[in-house]
Amino acid sequence: MSNLVFDGAKGHDHGHDHEHDHGHHDAGEMKIYGFWIYLMTDCILFASIFAIYAVLVNNVAGGPAGHDIFELPYVLGETACLLLSSITYGFAMLAMHKGNKSGVLGWLFVTFLFGLGFIGMEINEFHLLISEGYGPNRSGFLSAFFTLVGTHGLHVTSGLIWMAIMMYQVSKHGLTGTNQTRLSMLSLFWHFLDVVWICVFTVVYLMGTI
Amino acid sequence: MFGKLSLDAIPFHEPIVMITVAMIAIGGVALVGLITYFKKWTYLYTEWLTSVDHKKIGVMYIIIAMVMLLRGFADAVLMRSQLAMATEGSPGYLPPEHYDQIFTAHGVIMIIFMAMPFFTGLMNIVVPLQIGARDVAFPFLNSLSLYLLISGVILVNVSLGVGEFARTGWVAYPPLSELGYSPGVGVDYYIWALQLSGLGTTLTGVNFLVTVLKMRTPGMKLMDMPIFTWTCTWANVLIVASFPILTGTLAFLTLDRYLDFHIFTNELGGNPMMYVNLFWAWGHPEVYILILPAFGVFSEVISTFTGKRLFGHHSMIYASGAISILGFMVWLHHFFTMGSGASVNAFFGLATMLISIPTGVKLFNWLFTIYQGRLRFTAPVMWTLGFMVTFSIGGMTGVLLAIPGADFVLHNSLFVIAHFHNVIIGGAVFGYIAGFAFWFPKAFGFTLNEKWGKAAFWFWISGFYVAFMPLYALGFMGMTRRLNTTDNPDWTPYLHVAFVGALLIAIGIACQLIQIFVSIRDREQNRDLTGDPWNGHTLEWSTSSPPPFYNFAEMPKANEIDPFYAAKRDGEAYKVPAKYSDIHMPNNTATGMVMGLLLTVFGFAMIWHIFWLAAVSLIGTIVYFVIHAARDDQGYMVPASEVARIEGEQHAILAQVRNGQTNSPVNKLEQA
Repeated sequence: MSNLVFDGAKGHDHGHDHEHDHGHHDAGEMKIYGFWIYLMTDCILFASIFAIYAVLVNNVAGGPAGHDIFELPYVLGETACLLLSSITYGFAMLAMHKGNKSGVLGWLFVTFLFGLGFIGMEINEFHLLISEGYGPNRSGFLSAFFTLVGTHGLHVTSGLIWMAIMMYQVSKHGLTGTNQTRLSMLSLFWHFLDVVWICVFTVVYLMGTI
Repeated sequence: MFGKLSLDAIPFHEPIVMITVAMIAIGGVALVGLITYFKKWTYLYTEWLTSVDHKKIGVMYIIIAMVMLLRGFADAVLMRSQLAMATEGSPGYLPPEHYDQIFTAHGVIMIIFMAMPFFTGLMNIVVPLQIGARDVAFPFLNSLSLYLLISGVILVNVSLGVGEFARTGWVAYPPLSELGYSPGVGVDYYIWALQLSGLGTTLTGVNFLVTVLKMRTPGMKLMDMPIFTWTCTWANVLIVASFPILTGTLAFLTLDRYLDFHIFTNELGGNPMMYVNLFWAWGHPEVYILILPAFGVFSEVISTFTGKRLFGHHSMIYASGAISILGFMVWLHHFFTMGSGASVNAFFGLATMLISIPTGVKLFNWLFTIYQGRLRFTAPVMWTLGFMVTFSIGGMTGVLLAIPGADFVLHNSLFVIAHFHNVIIGGAVFGYIAGFAFWFPKAFGFTLNEKWGKAAFWFWISGFYVAFMPLYALGFMGMTRRLNTTDNPDWTPYLHVAFVGALLIAIGIACQLIQIFVSIRDREQNRDLTGDPWNGHTLEWSTSSPPPFYNFAEMPKANEIDPFYAAKRDGEAYKVPAKYSDIHMPNNTATGMVMGLLLTVFGFAMIWHIFWLAAVSLIGTIVYFVIHAARDDQGYMVPASEVARIEGEQHAILAQVRNGQTNSPVNKLEQA
C-alpha cells in the first residue's frame, strides 16, 4: 500500500516541497480511513463466526459443553494479557506523537510480550483440549469454538508479526511519516482485536460457564 | 511429495475435455508465439501487467470478463444441446458426472468470473474519471485485486484439465459438498477459486469506497456525483458488507473438508442449513452488486442520448440505497422450503416484494428522462430499451416467486432458472454491454461499429426470449433444474426451442466479436478526437480519449450535477490553463502480479494437499509483500513541462476539430 496518489489540486499554488508534504499527510489520512473500512469487513467476518457459534453452541453431540471444559481463571489471565497490551500500545502511540522513538520501541516491545503471552496461553489451552480428546472434530460446538477463538488467535498472530516488522522499521528508519501511518493502523487493528476478544470472552467463556 | 496429485488426475478418457484442453493449449501457445514474434513482451510487462493505472487495470478486467463469457457460454451451449438431445430415453452425449461439472462451472464462471470482472472493469475505467480523480485511492491494491481475480480464473480453468470441478451446483450446498459426498478435488477447486477472487473483490470494495469519499475533485458534493459512480458506490457498500460472509463461509467449509470440523456436516452436531443461510446472506447482496452498476450505466446512457439531465437524480441515489439495504433483508427467499415457518417466510416474502418499489422508481425515472427528450437510437440506447422491457418481465416473475406459497410449487424448477437469467441477462449483461459500447471510445480513442452492435443486440434479445421463455413454461410443467436427461415427451419441444435460443445468442456473441474486429480495423475513420463523442454530461468526457495517464492536467471544476454539461454551456470547457503544475503519480509495480502468482500456487497446492508447497508459497507471498511495503515507494513527479507537452498536442487537435478540418464523431453529430 505504499503507492501514493497525491491530490495536487489543493497545493498546486504552493511550491513543490510544500505540496509534497501536504500530499503525504492526505495519503496517510486516506490509508487510515481505508483501514477503518477494512476493519469493518473483518468485523462482519467475526459476526458470521459468532452466528455460527450461536447456532452450534448447544450441539455437543454427547461431548462436553462449555462449562465442562472452560477454566475461567485461566481465561481471565489470558484476557488480562490482551487488555494490558492494548494499554501499552496506547502508551506507544503517545510516545509516537511526542516523537520519542525509544519510547515507541520500548512500549511496542512490552505490547509484543503481552500479545505473545496471550497467544502462548491460547495455544496451551487448545493443546490441552485436543489431548483430552476434545478437539474440533468432536462436536459441532467444539468446531465452532475452535473456529471462533482460533480466528481471533490468527488475527493476533498476524498483529504480532506486523508489530515485529514495525519495531524493525522504526529502529532502522525512525518515526517517518509512513511509519507513523502504519503504527496508527496497527493501533486500530490491535484495539479492534481487543474489542472482539471482549465479545469472545463474554459470549463464549462467561455465558458458557454459567 | 505431490499430495493427491498424480497423472491419473488428467482425464485422458474424456474426449470432449481433452479436445477442449488441446484447443486452449494451442491457443495459448499461438498467443505466446505471437507476442514473442512481435517482440511485445517488454511492452506487455511494463505497460500492462505491472501497471497501476486504473484505466489499464479496467481494460484487463474486461478482457478477462469477455474470455470467461466465451467459456461460460460454451458450457451453456453444451447443456442446452445435451438437453435437446437427451429426451425420451436417449442419454445424450454428456455423462452425468461431466454434466454436473458443466452446470456448476457455468454458474460460477458467469457470476464470479464474467459478471464481476465486467462490472469491476467498467468501474475501474469510469469512476475515477467521473469524480475528477487522477487514480484510485490505493493503486497498488487495485493491481493486487486484479491478480487475485486472475488466480481464481487460472484455478477454474486448470480444473478442466487437471482433476475435476465441483459437481454440486454453483451454490455448493453441504452435506453434498462435504468430504464424505464429494471426495474429489472438485469442491476444493471451487473453494479456492472463489476464496482468492473474493478476497480481491473485498479489497476493490474498500479501495473504491475510499476513492469516492476522499478523492472527488474540489467542489463535487456527494449528492452531485454521477449516477454510475453512485450505483457503483452502493455496490461497493454491499461488497464490503457481504463478501466477508462469503470468505467466512468458504473458510468454514474448508475446515470441514480439511481438518474434520463439524460446522456444516449432518453428523456430530453440524448444521448444513447454516451454510445455506450464510451463502445467501452473501449471495443475495451479490446479485444487487451485479445489477446496481448496470442501472448506473442505463442512467448515464439515457441521460446522454436524450440530451437531458437525468430525471430524479437524487431519487435515483435514494432508490439505489433502498435496494441495497433491502437486498440484505431477503436472503431467505432462496429457500422458503427450509421450513422456517409461515411468519418468517411472510416477512422475507414481503421484504422481497418491497424491492420492486425502488426499482419501479428507477424505471419511471428513465421513462421520464426520455419523455420530451430527443432520443438518439445508438446501440447503447437499444440495449437500454431492451433492458427496460426484459427486466420488467423478470422483475414480475421475481415478485411471483416471492410469494412463499407459489415458491413451494416452483422451487428448484426451471421457472427459477428462467427468472434469474431474465434479470441477470436482461439486466446486468445488457447493462455491461451498453456500458462497454458507451465508454469504449473513452478507453481506446475510437468508437465501436454501430451496425454490428445493433445486430448483436437483436440476436441477443431475440435469443434470450427464445431460450428462456420455454423454461418458464417447463417450470410450470414440473421440470426441475439440473436434470441431464428427460423422459417426458411434453417437455421435448420446449427443450428444442430453448436450444435454438442458445444458438441465436451465439450469433449475437459472434456479432460482438466481429464488431470489435471491424471497429479496430476501421479505427482511423472512427477516431474520437475531442474525447467527447456523444456530447456527454460528466467529467470523463472532458479529458481526451484515451485520457492521459494522469487523467486531468488540473483538477476539473464541479459545482453542480453534470459538470461537463455546465462547462460546455458556460463556455468554460477545453480552456487552456495559464500554467501547468507538476503531477505526482505512483510507480508501476510487479508486486501484485508476483503475489497473485504465488497465491495461485498456494491455491493449487491446497487443492491437491501438497502442504509443503502451500506453506512455501504462502510465506513467500507474505515476505514479498513485506519487502514491497518496506521499499515505501513514494511515486514520481511528472514535470509541468511534460504535462504542457501532452496537453498542447490535445489542444492542437481540438483546435483542428473546431475549425472543421477533421471528421470527428461530434462534428457528424452536430451536422446531423
